[in-house]
Amino acid sequence: MTDVTASASTGEELPRDAAGTASDGTTTGAEITLTNVTKRYPGSKTPAVDDVTMTIPAGKIVILVGPSGCGKTTTMRMINRLIEPTSGTIRIGGEDTQSLNPDRLRRKIGYAIQQAGLFPHFTVAQNIAVVPKLLGWDKKRIDDRVDELLDMVGLDVGTFRDRYPRQLSGGQQQRVGVARALAADPPVLLMDEPFGAVDPITRGNLQDELLRLQSELHKTIVFVTHDFDEAVKLGDKIAVLGEASKILQYDTPEAILATPADDTVAGFVGAGASLKQLTLLRVRDVELRQEAVTVDIDESPAAVREKLSRSHNPYALVLDRRRRPCRWVHARDLPRATSLATAGKPLRDVVSTQSTLQDALEAMLAEGGAVPVTGPQGQYAGTIHLETVIETIQTLREEHNGGDSTGADGGTQQEAR
Amino acid sequence: MTTTLELSTESSSRRAERIRLLAQPAVVLILVAGVLVWAFSQDLDATDRETLNGPSLLQMLYEHMLITVLVSALVVVIAVPLGVLLTRPGWRRLAPLFIGIANIGQAAPALGVLVLFFLATGAEGGLWVVVLPLAFYSLLPVLRNTMVGLQEVDPALIDAGRGIGMSAGAVLARIELPLAVPMILAGLRTSLVLAVGTATFAAFVDAGGFGVLIDTGYKLNRLPVLLTGAVLAVALALMVDWLGAVAERYLGPKGLR
Repeated sequence: MTDVTASASTGEELPRDAAGTASDGTTTGAEITLTNVTKRYPGSKTPAVDDVTMTIPAGKIVILVGPSGCGKTTTMRMINRLIEPTSGTIRIGGEDTQSLNPDRLRRKIGYAIQQAGLFPHFTVAQNIAVVPKLLGWDKKRIDDRVDELLDMVGLDVGTFRDRYPRQLSGGQQQRVGVARALAADPPVLLMDEPFGAVDPITRGNLQDELLRLQSELHKTIVFVTHDFDEAVKLGDKIAVLGEASKILQYDTPEAILATPADDTVAGFVGAGASLKQLTLLRVRDVELRQEAVTVDIDESPAAVREKLSRSHNPYALVLDRRRRPCRWVHARDLPRATSLATAGKPLRDVVSTQSTLQDALEAMLAEGGAVPVTGPQGQYAGTIHLETVIETIQTLREEHNGGDSTGADGGTQQEAR
Repeated sequence: MTTTLELSTESSSRRAERIRLLAQPAVVLILVAGVLVWAFSQDLDATDRETLNGPSLLQMLYEHMLITVLVSALVVVIAVPLGVLLTRPGWRRLAPLFIGIANIGQAAPALGVLVLFFLATGAEGGLWVVVLPLAFYSLLPVLRNTMVGLQEVDPALIDAGRGIGMSAGAVLARIELPLAVPMILAGLRTSLVLAVGTATFAAFVDAGGFGVLIDTGYKLNRLPVLLTGAVLAVALALMVDWLGAVAERYLGPKGLR
């Protein structure tokens, strides 16, 4: 972060100055702070959003999740002043949003909505170019930017540039919507249930794409959804909101899954919190055991029998010449075996250190016990056991039970991801 | 099952529309040529020749079209901005009032509105005495269609436009109005046809047009004059309707067609 007060006087240049700039020249995220933000509609006794204070860290994806009508969208729309707060302060990169003309403010904040909201009478390129044009970029720069963005969101420039939105599938429209939001390289992105109207498979792909983009761009993303699984998958932090946008819990997905702050949050997390937690952890994050007997594929069955009887272990894991696990062999298979290449049974499931613990659990259930784990080049790295998975979940619960789970920065699991 | 049915009806109505686009001007030309050939082959006396001659027919065509163009221009200039205004927040409450006034304009007989205006202003006749009341008479279709066209724009598009930093004016000019153009054009086409038809009444306030032929032919009991006037007025209305259809087809925003 550079000096934000200096940029306040120019007004115009807020995000570029206030936000960091990545090595490749793209703008990275700016911190957003909401202080005592309240929205009260005239004629309504209860406020739609009541005294919300939260900090959205720079370069992170923060998910606002909660039931319909809880005020999560209202909260998000106050950030770009589509809805004016009744009271309270919102700062982006340190600058009060009220100090800018709302239209100019919004040109520096990406905005993507459900069903993309593409203008049907504009081509894909024209849709993406709206904000750069408003900012007065020259034609060459706009054209280059459009091509770059289409490429970035995985759409072929030649095919899609001059199409109209109705000629695109829902998923393609959504990609263009994201490209339009990113057009002027804003430090902050607001996304209001952007993937709510597409089929589950496309949604999964779009979520993966967003994570990939974010790993390159490091924007500050505020993402509204009512789908807790989506929140767990995408969020660096999740704010679970209740009535009038009251923050019930604001923490990492791991912490919320391990220790929901109250029954409402627990209800929202839904059944299977521990299983969801397994999707957040990778095999490389847990301890692997080295107790399995490993044998080389060229060893003689007799030598293996010898090894097994010495270690009091019925099974041996056969590794090929590049130390990749390929078969399990049992002591009773060995007397009849002529070569280890055919003895025992082949491995059905192998997990890598990149796999999630959920994948590992699935493999354990299929294999009926410990599963070999492979490293980056596919070489044997150890085995993962059911007890390890159970212990990991237990430890997480204990850790989060010990600390303050609301509002605190649940740092340790954050780094572990 | 239902989809195939819808598809077939849609394609057949499209085919009908295409045939009409080609056939309508042909029918008009045949009609005009037929009535002119017939009228001039009659045994015309000096009184008939007063009105049934090339220059005066062209003069009447010019007057009739001038009235139509002025009425339509006036309608567009009044009804489109009014329609925009009445769909803006804060002004919406006034919409029923103006729709009501425009409804009265259309519900009242055109000739009545014309004569009342003529009497009320004490004017001596002339172009504006016919243009102003006829504009009032044909205001409603454009006003109503402008409002409906703007109201039918998906609110999510307006939200998206404002959300990415377009001003309210830019959203109106670049999103709302272009998307409402097909509706506005449909309204304008109706207004134009109304204007052409009612412009025949211009003869009563001495503003010319094909109404002169009808008026003269009727009063002096001259069938060739009466018939020529009537057919030419009908032909012009059909021609204007055809132009409207062409405009609707080709002036709507790309990407919606």
